[in-house]
Amino acid sequence: MDFDLTEEQSLLVDSLRRLLTDRYSFEQRKAYMKSERGWSEEMWQAYAEMGLLGLPFAEEEGGFGAGLTEVCLVAEQMGRHLTLEPWFPTMVLGAGFLRHAAPPELRRELVPQIASGALKLAFAQTERQARYDLHDVATSAKRHGEEWVINGRKGMVLHGDSADRIVVSARTAGARRDRAGIGLFLVDARHPGMTIRGFRTVDGGRAAEIEFDNVPGIPLGDPEGGLPIIEHVVAEAIAALAFEAVGCMDVAHHMTVEYMKTREQFGRPIGSFQALQHRAADMLIALEQARSMSYYAVQAALEEDPEERRRGAAAVKVQIGRSARFVGQQSIQLHGGIAMTMEYACGHYFKRLTMNDSIFGDADHHLRALAEEGGLVRAA
Amino acid sequence: MDFRFTPEEIAFRQEVRDFINRELPPATREHMLRGKSPTKEMVVEWQRKLNARGWATPEWPVEYGGPGWTPAQKYIFREELQMAPAPQPLAFNVNMCGPVIIAFGTEEQKKRFLPRMANLDDWWCQGFSEPGAGSDLASLKTRAVREGDYYIVNGQKTWTTLAHWADWMFMLVRTDPNAKKQEGISFLLVDMKSPGITVRPIITIEGGHEVNEVFFDNVKVPVENLVGEENKGWDCAKYLLGNERFGQARVGASRERIRRLKALAAETLDGGRPLIEDPDFRRRITEIEVELKALEMSVMRVIARETKRRDTKPDPTTSVLKIKGTEIQQAVSELLMKAAGPYAWVDGDPDAEGSNEWDVAPDWAFGLAGIYFNWRKQSIYGGSNEIQRNIMAKAFLGL
Repeated sequence: MDFDLTEEQSLLVDSLRRLLTDRYSFEQRKAYMKSERGWSEEMWQAYAEMGLLGLPFAEEEGGFGAGLTEVCLVAEQMGRHLTLEPWFPTMVLGAGFLRHAAPPELRRELVPQIASGALKLAFAQTERQARYDLHDVATSAKRHGEEWVINGRKGMVLHGDSADRIVVSARTAGARRDRAGIGLFLVDARHPGMTIRGFRTVDGGRAAEIEFDNVPGIPLGDPEGGLPIIEHVVAEAIAALAFEAVGCMDVAHHMTVEYMKTREQFGRPIGSFQALQHRAADMLIALEQARSMSYYAVQAALEEDPEERRRGAAAVKVQIGRSARFVGQQSIQLHGGIAMTMEYACGHYFKRLTMNDSIFGDADHHLRALAEEGGLVRAA
Repeated sequence: MDFRFTPEEIAFRQEVRDFINRELPPATREHMLRGKSPTKEMVVEWQRKLNARGWATPEWPVEYGGPGWTPAQKYIFREELQMAPAPQPLAFNVNMCGPVIIAFGTEEQKKRFLPRMANLDDWWCQGFSEPGAGSDLASLKTRAVREGDYYIVNGQKTWTTLAHWADWMFMLVRTDPNAKKQEGISFLLVDMKSPGITVRPIITIEGGHEVNEVFFDNVKVPVENLVGEENKGWDCAKYLLGNERFGQARVGASRERIRRLKALAAETLDGGRPLIEDPDFRRRITEIEVELKALEMSVMRVIARETKRRDTKPDPTTSVLKIKGTEIQQAVSELLMKAAGPYAWVDGDPDAEGSNEWDVAPDWAFGLAGIYFNWRKQSIYGGSNEIQRNIMAKAFLGL
């Protein structure tokens, strides 16, 4: 057991921390949000120069051969600064599908482009009726000779409006909610059959509604056995989201405690009041439990057995979601009115934490799922 | 970063498990599986077996008979005992008083007390709390006045766990009433057979006798029983309390109770179906399991940090372990009682034998309410959960 960072990991975290401290202050972030795409092209290039965008790919394919732990460490820093770039959909979701399911020659073609910052990815999954169910897929993929053609509609595609290539889940066989018969396909976002409507999300990010009208796609893995791959990538994504949430919570909590030391009412700092001290301590408990759970998230995502992995990921979502809700809500409450304002950073962390919880299923969804599967501990 | 146990640690776990399976008396295991506290005989018998194996004093340095384990090994050992379930080595002896004597005691004291502590030849109890000194421990009033080669002790201790089984007490007394609160306190070792000591039982809400009041009426304590310097006893007390880094998390014990809960809920009918199939009940169990998993990882983090630390300063995150660990144990005890439904009504000391003699309820249900009532103590003792929050706010958040 070792919770210390290796030298390479420390180097990675330190250089990213320096970059974001210099160039991702809250004020700078506001400017990035107001720009045309809603995020910073320059920062994206800076990530590429740092090597962040090739991180999880094998070296022989043009990457840096890092693992999930490194990706998660990056996610935590991204969370601390509420970054707006399409890092998560490209490096966690898109890259995950390429790593687990793309033929090597496709990876050799795409990875150098991704690593250089030229190619961004997204994952089109949710449909109007599906809510959080990964297996509820109506969008269809049909085979015409050598070619697969996709028709249907996907929603809430994170950064779907800036992606160059999009991984889409589509039904190749069976009924809408069957676990079998789902395929994964890589499509070109610029194909004329694509209609992409981008919009702003509550956390200041971007997402898109996408219609597929006879769009050709390259199959990633078994065209009828895509669900296990989706679940695997989602387990990794849940680990990254956990780290990101811990980064957000840590900043929100710290900000709150510092505010309590300086804000004076009744002639003394509000941090001297025990009722508020205990609330801050409870926030710390929630944060520490979340941090512990984020470590478990990496362990769970690396599990060989898919069922164990799924249970583990569900448990992570429950803990992180609950901690995030408590820390987020209380950071607003303990600040008071100031945190209700758009100019103050705290509320933005709260909004991101709120949205983070509902990516790939919120705490309630996963609690129900985990309970139905019999929980984590075996009966005596 | 690697969050898993090493192959050596996994092999060690197996070694411990094999030893317990081979050596733990089945009657003790049966008794404890039902949630009862082990009897004095069970604890003594088991600790002597552990001591013969060199495992009774995991926290002690090798030169004093400790096994030289890493923090991870200590944790694994404790967890396996809790999961068996088997008695822990008596905490008063091996986790509290022993380490204080090792750190502050004279060679004489070490030779005289440590081997008997390890083998549980002497049962120790802790004389800290007083009627007027609970969370505010340093306001204790029990007086010790030096007269020649003796201290004369007068006063009262309370909540003294298993004082009625004890041969010795380690206690905090006030030796200088004029000094500042923390500065006039000394750490004394007292023979419970000394004239002038009266032990009076306190019966707790579930009907059990675990804690006591202990009265001191001109009790003569030889000065060689002073540990450390006179008026420096608070250092010993702080050291003792700071040693408790992950013991109160009791992850293994909670996991064992959850396993038991699931098995019982599978046998109990609710609406004609096994209770475990009720989504609400199952969800309540799952909520606890998730918290327990996070707690387990928190313990690992403390252990990993522990492996590298040099100083003995208390670690504020141990407050997280205390608060969460006790909340989880209390929540599990409540669900166990709920699982029994109306069969939890039967009154009686949960530790007593044969209390279900009229067969009015399934055997397994007996005492579950008692344990639930009794375990409310967990968030009060060992520094109440509110005191833990004070510590976090001050030591960690700087508020």
